[in-house]
Amino acid sequence: MLLERRTESPSARTLVLQVDEWAGHLPGQHVDVRLTAEDGYQTARSYSLAAPPDGDRLEITVQRADGGEVSPFLADDLEVGDRVELRGPLGGWFVWRPEDPGPVLLVAGGSGVVPLMAMIRARAGVSRAPFRLIYSVRTPEDRLYAAELRRRAAEDGGLDVSYVYTREAPADSPRPPGRIRADDLVTHGWPPDFEPTCFVCGPTPLVEAVAGLLVGWGHDPGRIRTERFGGS
Amino acid sequence: MSVFTRGFHGRRRDDDGRLPPGQYLTDDFPVLSAGPTPEVPLDRWAFTIRTESGDEHAWSWAELTALPTESVTVDLHCVTRWSKLDTDWRGVSLDALLEDVETAADFALVHSYGGYTTNLPLEDLLDGRAWVAFEYDGEGLAAEHGGPARLLVPHLYLWKSAKWVRGLDLLLQDEPGFWEQLGYHDYGDPWREQRYQGD
Repeated sequence: MLLERRTESPSARTLVLQVDEWAGHLPGQHVDVRLTAEDGYQTARSYSLAAPPDGDRLEITVQRADGGEVSPFLADDLEVGDRVELRGPLGGWFVWRPEDPGPVLLVAGGSGVVPLMAMIRARAGVSRAPFRLIYSVRTPEDRLYAAELRRRAAEDGGLDVSYVYTREAPADSPRPPGRIRADDLVTHGWPPDFEPTCFVCGPTPLVEAVAGLLVGWGHDPGRIRTERFGGS
Repeated sequence: MSVFTRGFHGRRRDDDGRLPPGQYLTDDFPVLSAGPTPEVPLDRWAFTIRTESGDEHAWSWAELTALPTESVTVDLHCVTRWSKLDTDWRGVSLDALLEDVETAADFALVHSYGGYTTNLPLEDLLDGRAWVAFEYDGEGLAAEHGGPARLLVPHLYLWKSAKWVRGLDLLLQDEPGFWEQLGYHDYGDPWREQRYQGD
């Protein structure tokens, strides 16, 4: 049942959902959201959980895909008190375990930041694992969780956040707009000899490019975990 | 019993009954994989079938692509819920590759370059239902879609169609692969919606 909806960007909303029973989940896992119309027609999509469990409350962040069947409905039309079916938690590979103290590199493209935000939120107050987030967005207004990331990075020396703007950078940004490059990873990531676990999530071209750059730089392919979305 | 979601109407597309439950149609070809795309040079590529007694049958790239090929048009169903209809592939059938392999095995564990594995009953690789595919839509198979060659087992969810395939271990006992150890279904029939363990 929808408890609350928050605007994260012009095209993204966080939905806070109340569930009847929840056995907990790891940051990075997702849920299947199933919608049933009054005539019985059903469809389902997967959404990453955006935060650690909070009692019977779960958060997902939905990026509206124009022309999509489900995301515009969830982002705009679902009303507080309306019910959807959830199944999960799902996915046991693209997860960060808070007991792992090793350094972590997070690379996000667009709404690919959602499962990585769950990791950042799960880490706070629990783990001292050093985290670096490199977040690629088209323009400053496309950033999700911008204020919270600024606050968390300011309060916590173990979390660094940097942005790569692909279309339009803020006026004070020294980096011209453009897709993520090797030197962005070198400047803001962890070198291979730190042996970080790397989580890369975003549209396929970004994931392919970043995973390739990391391997080329010397990162162990076995430490690079990817999750892709899009294509439809 | 289902929960109705007030105000949801959805968009139905006529699929002539070709869409398994819980799937939606896409015209794109999304990519799903757990890690970086491995680079596999063709001069070091090989496909190896190892039987339960340790016998190996191996084909180099030149040997494999010199075998009789089949062109097939099949529907793909990914556990992440997209389906893509009428995809065109060319490859060598597993019937041809297994023809001279003596085995009593009932199961296969498929191995990929990059370390991925997936398991399935050996009989699902036979009778014209599985191929080592190296062309998609008339072109060499792109690395992100599993090139140079991937397994193609279209009657099961697509994670069984291992990308970057490099061989099969034939086994007397079933052994779970990568996703199967992480909570996904052992068999993965899209028409029975066997997505996760317990389905």
